[in-house]
Amino acid sequence: MTDTIAEPSPAPAPDDKALIELKGLRKTYQMGSQQVHALAGVDLRLGRGEFWAILGASGSGKSTMLNVLGCLDRPTAGTYMLEGQNVADLNDDALSEFRLRHLGFIFQSFNLIPQLTVQENIELPLYYLGWEAEKSAERAAELADRVGLGDRLDHRPNELSGGQQQRVAVARALANDPPVLLADEPTGNLDSSTSSQIMALLDDLSRQGKTIIMVTHELDIAEHAQHRLHMKDGLIDRIERSNGYE
Amino acid sequence: MNKFIRMLRLGIKSLLLHKLRSALTMLGVVFGVGAVVAMLAVGEGAQRKALDEIKALGSNNIMLSSKQNADDAEATTTSMIKTYGLLYEDEKRILDTFSAVERTVPTKDLRKVTYFGERSVELRIVGTTPGWFELVPREVIAGRVLLDRDMQTSANVCVLTESGARKLLAASSVIGESVRVSGDLYQVIGIVQNEESSGGGRTPDSDVDAYIPINVAKERYSDLMIRRASGSFSAEQVELHRILIQVKDLNDVESVAAGIERMMKTFHPQGDYDLYVPLAVLNAAKAQASIWKWTLFSIAAISLLVGGIGIMNIMLASVTERTREIGIRRAIGAKKKQIVSQFLVETVVLSAVGGLIGTVVGPAIALGITAMSGIDTVVPMYSIVLAVGISGGIGIVFGLYPAVRAANLDPIVALRHD
Repeated sequence: MTDTIAEPSPAPAPDDKALIELKGLRKTYQMGSQQVHALAGVDLRLGRGEFWAILGASGSGKSTMLNVLGCLDRPTAGTYMLEGQNVADLNDDALSEFRLRHLGFIFQSFNLIPQLTVQENIELPLYYLGWEAEKSAERAAELADRVGLGDRLDHRPNELSGGQQQRVAVARALANDPPVLLADEPTGNLDSSTSSQIMALLDDLSRQGKTIIMVTHELDIAEHAQHRLHMKDGLIDRIERSNGYE
Repeated sequence: MNKFIRMLRLGIKSLLLHKLRSALTMLGVVFGVGAVVAMLAVGEGAQRKALDEIKALGSNNIMLSSKQNADDAEATTTSMIKTYGLLYEDEKRILDTFSAVERTVPTKDLRKVTYFGERSVELRIVGTTPGWFELVPREVIAGRVLLDRDMQTSANVCVLTESGARKLLAASSVIGESVRVSGDLYQVIGIVQNEESSGGGRTPDSDVDAYIPINVAKERYSDLMIRRASGSFSAEQVELHRILIQVKDLNDVESVAAGIERMMKTFHPQGDYDLYVPLAVLNAAKAQASIWKWTLFSIAAISLLVGGIGIMNIMLASVTERTREIGIRRAIGAKKKQIVSQFLVETVVLSAVGGLIGTVVGPAIALGITAMSGIDTVVPMYSIVLAVGISGGIGIVFGLYPAVRAANLDPIVALRHD
């Protein structure tokens, strides 16, 4: 476990592995007469296929960080390059399209649409990608199998346990085959045994080459990530890396 | 197309999740559209009825009739014989002056008791020309109408109207029989249908007419009419009671009428005539019926508006309820316009289906109105098109605001909403 230094050292500048690059990233909110710096100038490079955990106390800026990384929020200043695209340049439509093609979300409260079945929930990104009904049903079935819910396609979210719902959410996040998965406290609403199932799933996906960025406050969950980013007051406090990762 | 159908299915599905709510919301549109269609049907019915009545008078015709002035009526004490009304000269003058006039038909009208055997009935004896039957076209039930040769030979013949004939002749086979009018015999040569329906009383024919050649009428009854009533005695001299004028072209009717009005003012400064232009009345009636119709429409449209507000209200509630869903969809990558379409499809489906049901309910209401009150109703095609169009439009107008509001939610905030 090493620490500090924002950039993995030996790589040349236009590194193929640098999937995400943040430079002087700031996010400022106006709260009445007061300016709140949720992100106060963050520099960071994330390589393709890496598993990152973002840790920090509440108010440290980790949620804002995830929102900005997830293209749900635009930085006030600085640049955010994802797959060579400066996200700040995108308008709302382009940003939506960008999320659709490059990002998958996993939320603490699962965020499945209650009136849709498991299959329809998984199909949601494909619907917006304009897939044919048949093809997307096939894909949904395949993904449901992969998260172990192949027999629950016609169920509605309220008929599933929390762990099952989160697995549906993972399947949905994978539907559009995005290079980056963003997970916001994915085990926050789960007991320890289902938590470990979900984390096993994420470990698996990481091994298959997905880039995963996970916000958590549980240290043992964070241990699954090879890179652990500690935030404090909108800045990077320190970065821990597991052995063998730089 | 495929995409559109899926969007439609999604919309219908989410409406079906709240069946009662959707049905009640739709009901507002159903009755709105129903009211619009029904009210237009009432208006249209009134308009058609007015038009039919006036059309029976003949829109190409102008009617001049003699009128005894109020001033003259007071003067009766001084003068024994009152002379007033249209002159033979007037007819000639009209024919000579206005080239747009196709023909004129003069009449001398007298009320006379007519006898057939034991039966008697008071008929209106109309001395006229064969042209009458061109201007006042009525179905010939039996025999024939007056012809030019009847005029040339001053034939003692008459044409009766159906109800007059029935009163006088009962079931007898009538053609060829003779009827007696103050001592003179007339052979019945034909029976024509009379215009019964019109309540206006301005049709040129009445239901108890007997048409005879005008020259016969003039010869036998002269222009002087003497009336004796309860010991008093009055006499009046009238050359022609009416002149019916047929104009060749409908477009010339109003100008010819204006010309005749001017001419009559010059030659009859005492104003002992009356000019009646069915077309002018027709136009006025049309305008009035139109106002009436659109007033009804506006009132009905208010209920449609209320229906639309109902839709908006429900959709706003639905957007609030589904805030988190909107956030999820946005996070996954739905564009704003996709969220707008999703909600808009729902409101348009609600209002369009409501509108379609309304086009069934509307005519049903119209039928009910006719059945209960006897008011004529006509459901014109355009009212159906209009109602469906308006209801679809209402779906868009009242759905747009909630839909845009949904789309403009900040996805981060929407995701946190419970």
